[in-house]
Amino acid sequence: MYKVHLAQLSYDFKTLRNLMAKATPSRSGDYLAGVGAANNLERVAAQWALADVPLKQFLNEALVPYEQDEVTRLIIDEHDSIAFAPISHLTIGDFRDWLLSDLATTEVLTAIAQGLTPEMVAAVSKIMRIQDLILVAKKCRVTTQFRNTIGLENRLSTRLQPNHPTDNPAGVAASLLDGLLYGCGDAVIGINPASDNIEATLRLLHMLNEVIERYQIPTQSCVLAHVTTTLKAIEQGAPVDLVFQSIAGTQKANDSFGINLNLLNEARLAALELGRGTLGNNCMYFETGQGSALSANAHEGLDQQTCEARAYAVARKFKPLLVNTVVGFIGPEYLYDGKQIIRAGLEDHFCGKLLGLPMGCDVCYTNHAEADQDDMDVLLTQLAVAGNTFIMGIPGSDDVMLNYQSTSFHDALYVRQVLGLRPAPEFEHWLQQQGIFNADNQLLQKSEVPALFKASLQKLGR
Amino acid sequence: MSEHNDPAVISNSWASLKQFTPARIALGRAGISLPTRASLDFQLAHALARDAVNIPIDFSDLDLSLSLMGLQSLTLNTQAENQQLYLQRPDLGRVLSDATLACLQQTTTKPTDAVIVVADGLSSKAIQQHALPFLRLLLPQLNDYRLAPLCLVKHGRVAIGDAIAEHYAARLCIVLIGERPGLSSPDSMGIYFTYQAKAKLSTDADRNCISNIHNNGLSYEQALKKLMFLIKEAEKLQLSGVNLKDESTDTTTDNSPKYVNFLVD
Repeated sequence: MYKVHLAQLSYDFKTLRNLMAKATPSRSGDYLAGVGAANNLERVAAQWALADVPLKQFLNEALVPYEQDEVTRLIIDEHDSIAFAPISHLTIGDFRDWLLSDLATTEVLTAIAQGLTPEMVAAVSKIMRIQDLILVAKKCRVTTQFRNTIGLENRLSTRLQPNHPTDNPAGVAASLLDGLLYGCGDAVIGINPASDNIEATLRLLHMLNEVIERYQIPTQSCVLAHVTTTLKAIEQGAPVDLVFQSIAGTQKANDSFGINLNLLNEARLAALELGRGTLGNNCMYFETGQGSALSANAHEGLDQQTCEARAYAVARKFKPLLVNTVVGFIGPEYLYDGKQIIRAGLEDHFCGKLLGLPMGCDVCYTNHAEADQDDMDVLLTQLAVAGNTFIMGIPGSDDVMLNYQSTSFHDALYVRQVLGLRPAPEFEHWLQQQGIFNADNQLLQKSEVPALFKASLQKLGR
Repeated sequence: MSEHNDPAVISNSWASLKQFTPARIALGRAGISLPTRASLDFQLAHALARDAVNIPIDFSDLDLSLSLMGLQSLTLNTQAENQQLYLQRPDLGRVLSDATLACLQQTTTKPTDAVIVVADGLSSKAIQQHALPFLRLLLPQLNDYRLAPLCLVKHGRVAIGDAIAEHYAARLCIVLIGERPGLSSPDSMGIYFTYQAKAKLSTDADRNCISNIHNNGLSYEQALKKLMFLIKEAEKLQLSGVNLKDESTDTTTDNSPKYVNFLVD
């Protein structure tokens, strides 16, 4: 079925799952899992064979059995055959040509999104170069709303991430204010709590809510605790804007996270009931990342990029405000160096956007990865060119709680300046009103603190 | 880099907030970019963290110091033959190399109660700096135990202790290992304690971890207190891991001022 003859050699890849893994551009996690191509020729042979596979085949051959995996059932059961009809005759190779062509306009891509499965988009991404991934993603447009509008053309939003090693309220507030004064925080003000317990979560939820209300900031808050903790917080009357959860692309991996589709649905309904969104009700925030299923020993023989794309089917079901691929956090045993991290980030962004998700990226690395700030600048710039929805904003790139490096407030300003990108319109208006930005969205030249925050700082007796 | 006089650098008037957090806030800006000083500060921290991971461990000093204390030690290798392989294949860092295994099997083993394993992990620097001073405190506390030779492991992960403990039929397995370096803590050491460790069978759920041992983190004394508590309780309950709770007195390292959220309160 998946046979090819190249350079005097014959290859028979037997299953679609095997073919997908062998066709994947080289990365350490697939070798750790033992599914990667043995050499360059085998990889390119798999890519040739994959290009000949009809899109329809992905509806007939489940990569993880339907009976044993609820993510597969979700993908198959909710597939929209009417949306799929215009492209149903294409092979993966044809699909790449079609995506790059003028036939695939923004409107057309939006219309077919529900007809695409994660495996189809993962497959086509494997035979695309970085410029292809950028060009097609740039044509996709996904907008979402809660208290502001995320994902409009020529806008780039930021998650303000004011983490502190012990959740000290003054420490969180210090990073939060620093971020706001650098124009950061329109995607969400989102804290990773140092400890995942209900008391800490409640304290942070109330704190963020008070800040957003007091200063009338058109944004939303999130405390990135486990979904069950957030559900408890809702039960106790806490002001929950966005429900957070890490998700993965197999049922087994989600089991290891302590979640399933029912639980996510329950959490979404609970948050919707609070009715805290003013412009819209996209109330979920998901994080993903290549390698997470393998690290839970739950990859089901899939390559890590296909696993990742399947997580987007889970995300899509719950109409999230934001989806964040935390690309370099997992470490070098999954993505070894800057080259692998960069490609993975752009693949994830492409796959998410094509499936209709508000895709952002935590452009990041750990200190044991072969990566540095230069690599992050390359990925950040390429993602922004591709129309990435949001990035992280962390003081000086250094997350002092999670111990990794991500993008800084300065990075967001850089990429907005060189590419002419703006924050979400409601947040942009607020920044200008408070005198943080001028009418051209530049930080004001004076080093003074805007009037709104002066009183708070004066209390500290500076 | 005298930024105070540099007209190209706009400083931030809220620098006093640095008292509340180790985060890199109020860095100022050159245009919208990081000023030179802040940029080089970051590069310095990253260089230290990278070197902590990549500079190979040298056990010769530790070996010498231990022999001066009258203690036997062995230097062991894992199947992760080089640094690149070690970083990409955590599984290989959990298995002893064939040569090491053959070597171990040739040595006669006397009955033992405990084995101490020292492994480079992800920070050779942590081990170079903290292993010996900690061992000087720990060893006298273990006088009543029959100890296996100290095992110094290059390119080792936490679970390498399981195979070694099993070889010596040691009831207590104590692994000192270099932790993943952060920008602010390139030399952090961790201790993993496992009761009745078994190669390929023990999991993270069977271990207790004492993390963040470095000059600005947990002190040797605090770590020792925790470890001795865990050993005592493990002997009583005959287990370790998630069912063995660390109820030794709170040793929080948060010394930051207890201010509330100044933005609203």
